[in-house]
Amino acid sequence: MAEQAAPAAVLAMRAVSKTFGGVQALRDVSFAVRAGEVHCLAGENGSGKSTLIKIATGVYSADAGAEIDIAGRHVTAPTPGLARRLGVSVIWQDLALFPEMTVAENIAFEALLGARPRLASQRQLRETAERALGRLGVTLDLTAPLRSLPIAKRQIVAIARALVGETKLIFMDEPTASLTRNETDHLLQIVRNLSASGVAVVFVSHRLAEVLEIAEAVTVLRDGGLVGVFPAEGMTQSRLTELMTGQTFDSAVSARDRGTAPAVLELRGLTRSGEYQDIDLTIRAGETVGITGLIGAGRTELGHTLFGMNRPGRGEIRLHGKPVSFRSNKDAIRAGIAYVSEDRLSLGLIQPQSIADNLALPVLDRLLSLGLISPRRKTALVDGWIRDLAVKIGKPEDPVSTLSGGNQQRIVLAKWLATEPRLLILDAPTVGVDVGARAGIFAIIRRLAEQGLAILLISDEAPEVHFNADRVLHMAGGRIVEEFDPRETSLAALELAVYA
Amino acid sequence: MGPLQSFLKARLGTEVIGLGLFLLLVVVVFSLLSDRFLTAANFGSVAVQLPELGLLTLAMLLPILSGGLNLAVTYTANISTLTLAWVLQANGGPEAGFGAFLFGSVLALAVGGASGFVMGAVVAYSRAHPILVSLAMMIFLRGLGEYLTRGGDISGFPDFVAAIGHGSILGVPAPLIVFLVCVLLWQILLGRSRLGFFTYMVGSNIEATRYSGVNTKRALTLIYTLSGIMCAVAGIVMMARFNSVRVGHGEAYLLITVLACFLGGVDPFGGFGRVTSVLLALVILQLLSSGLNLLGANQHLSTAVWGLFLIAVMVLRFAWKRWIEMRRNGT
Repeated sequence: MAEQAAPAAVLAMRAVSKTFGGVQALRDVSFAVRAGEVHCLAGENGSGKSTLIKIATGVYSADAGAEIDIAGRHVTAPTPGLARRLGVSVIWQDLALFPEMTVAENIAFEALLGARPRLASQRQLRETAERALGRLGVTLDLTAPLRSLPIAKRQIVAIARALVGETKLIFMDEPTASLTRNETDHLLQIVRNLSASGVAVVFVSHRLAEVLEIAEAVTVLRDGGLVGVFPAEGMTQSRLTELMTGQTFDSAVSARDRGTAPAVLELRGLTRSGEYQDIDLTIRAGETVGITGLIGAGRTELGHTLFGMNRPGRGEIRLHGKPVSFRSNKDAIRAGIAYVSEDRLSLGLIQPQSIADNLALPVLDRLLSLGLISPRRKTALVDGWIRDLAVKIGKPEDPVSTLSGGNQQRIVLAKWLATEPRLLILDAPTVGVDVGARAGIFAIIRRLAEQGLAILLISDEAPEVHFNADRVLHMAGGRIVEEFDPRETSLAALELAVYA
Repeated sequence: MGPLQSFLKARLGTEVIGLGLFLLLVVVVFSLLSDRFLTAANFGSVAVQLPELGLLTLAMLLPILSGGLNLAVTYTANISTLTLAWVLQANGGPEAGFGAFLFGSVLALAVGGASGFVMGAVVAYSRAHPILVSLAMMIFLRGLGEYLTRGGDISGFPDFVAAIGHGSILGVPAPLIVFLVCVLLWQILLGRSRLGFFTYMVGSNIEATRYSGVNTKRALTLIYTLSGIMCAVAGIVMMARFNSVRVGHGEAYLLITVLACFLGGVDPFGGFGRVTSVLLALVILQLLSSGLNLLGANQHLSTAVWGLFLIAVMVLRFAWKRWIEMRRNGT
């Protein structure tokens, strides 16, 4: 291929395929990044994004026939060490940092590998770390242990570490997944600065808005194949969703007025010091109330109180008109409250255990016959819910971890619906769920609302509450500061209010 | 995560088959080496030895399944039987009646349960690590027991105590009957009861279990309490076999019970494991040691062979897992 007049490709991959066992994870994919470019890699879970990154950085080797050039050098078989020496770094989603080591040690860690003499000089460590942070225009306490830093600062440490050496290209795998909007803005600014200084960034994210905000070009993968490379300019979120999923989704406001239905939940002046203050809220049967706001606004804490996991300091909770006080979430479940946790991986489901056992756990008492669990009743329960919610599973005995994010979330919904709740609290119900599968989850939620279930939808994604709630409450600093009617307020106005 | 978990799941089914093959191998090898191996006398002696280790292993199994450990099993067993011994002595020693024995046994079960309850409550409420909590309990019970008995034996029980330890019903040794009843109880507990179900869930992820509305603190407390009660049963069987109580009885069994659980395919981190495969593992261990004994091997050598055997099992499991993975990846 002839040299182009434009900035040279820092990474060029052609005809990349990868097969695991019988599964084709990548099929004849090409991918190229120019020096200093911000390039987005988009695709649903399982579309092959991670596999592509791992091949580019030498973690996996591609099937025969692939051609990979890094920094203009033809590389037949990249290894992680070689890719790093040629200037390719990765920031994995979990950051892969050392919590007990200092900021400086974390940043300079890789520079120490293989260094001689095999002793770390504190001064050298500090200088390396300072240089890297300097390129980002950030100052951090170099001697602080990493675990004392909030997640956004750890991200910066990870970026600084990726910059040590002659770095030409950084892969960032879902870097904003656990950041607030302000922190995300700061990160995006850092990415822009890197790009201006000639470092190319490949950005992997499921938040399409920020993808379009930052990227110059988008490479879209679907089911292991290349859909195409598109300029970010002129691309819209809905078009990108279509490209990623191969389907069209109409996002229309679904809000309706449920003014006359009886109130299921009423909160009066509910306060828990340091978490939320003076919350007044009514949710009627069949009504979906959305709460949005930044992380730390007190939303999840409020959800925990309603689920009996912590006690309010002041104020009143009424359920069907009667005041209630829960000693534990067991009381709350008995009173007809279900809570879908924001953390499906470690709180929502018991990942290594079977689909059937996860479903049976909250309703075990109903499966007892003569004091013992009846296998017949358990099978009936499990089969019934899997059919009802159209969950795609292999066998009910398979570990729940074998399911995709969307199907796992259906299992979470099923296990809570089995408790026959009157109020369903959904805390960030689509985290880690593909765009395509989200529509399916919300279709279920809407059906439940039609049947009279009261729903509290907590989410930091404004579009999610805008399109799926009847009323939207904006929470900030532990208080409900504003109420929006999605039929009268545009999404843009809501986003401005929440994120500004 | 994926392949490992499906492997674990597949193993739960193949575990029993694998251990069964091992058992067969042990029987075949020893019966070729010694013509006394396949005799009623040999199986009789295995049947008498199996229950002591077996009951203590059952006591160890519950905490391990819940993601913990109970290092106080042997001392809980002996402290419990000290209670029984005193009830017997207070009622005339060798002249004590069967009623005193029954009352003392109930008291022994209560003491065992109390030891477990304290450990369980501390583990559940303080979230201290079960190894530390049970280690502390073990040291406490050992010190207490040695102080109370001055480190010696307590004996002088009525004749029927020894008869329980050495007698048999329809040719089946009485301790074996006790053991098999307990195995059945544990099988029902873990397979069909609420607490058993919670034990597996707590062992995999205690927070997620709590979020599902389970009172995990009560569950943990109960798990350790039941473990303590099972220790007391083991203690009573040991007392009947030795016709004496000493704080150090069965001391050497402690770590063997942990290894018997792992040999039986119990996940060291909790959440997975079956009573049936642990039972098979126990039988294999006993046959190994009785076979070596018949060949005239030293007692210490047979302990060494147990260790080697366990290492071999770990390596074989690893190889089996690799083989499954390679077959799945088609390479």
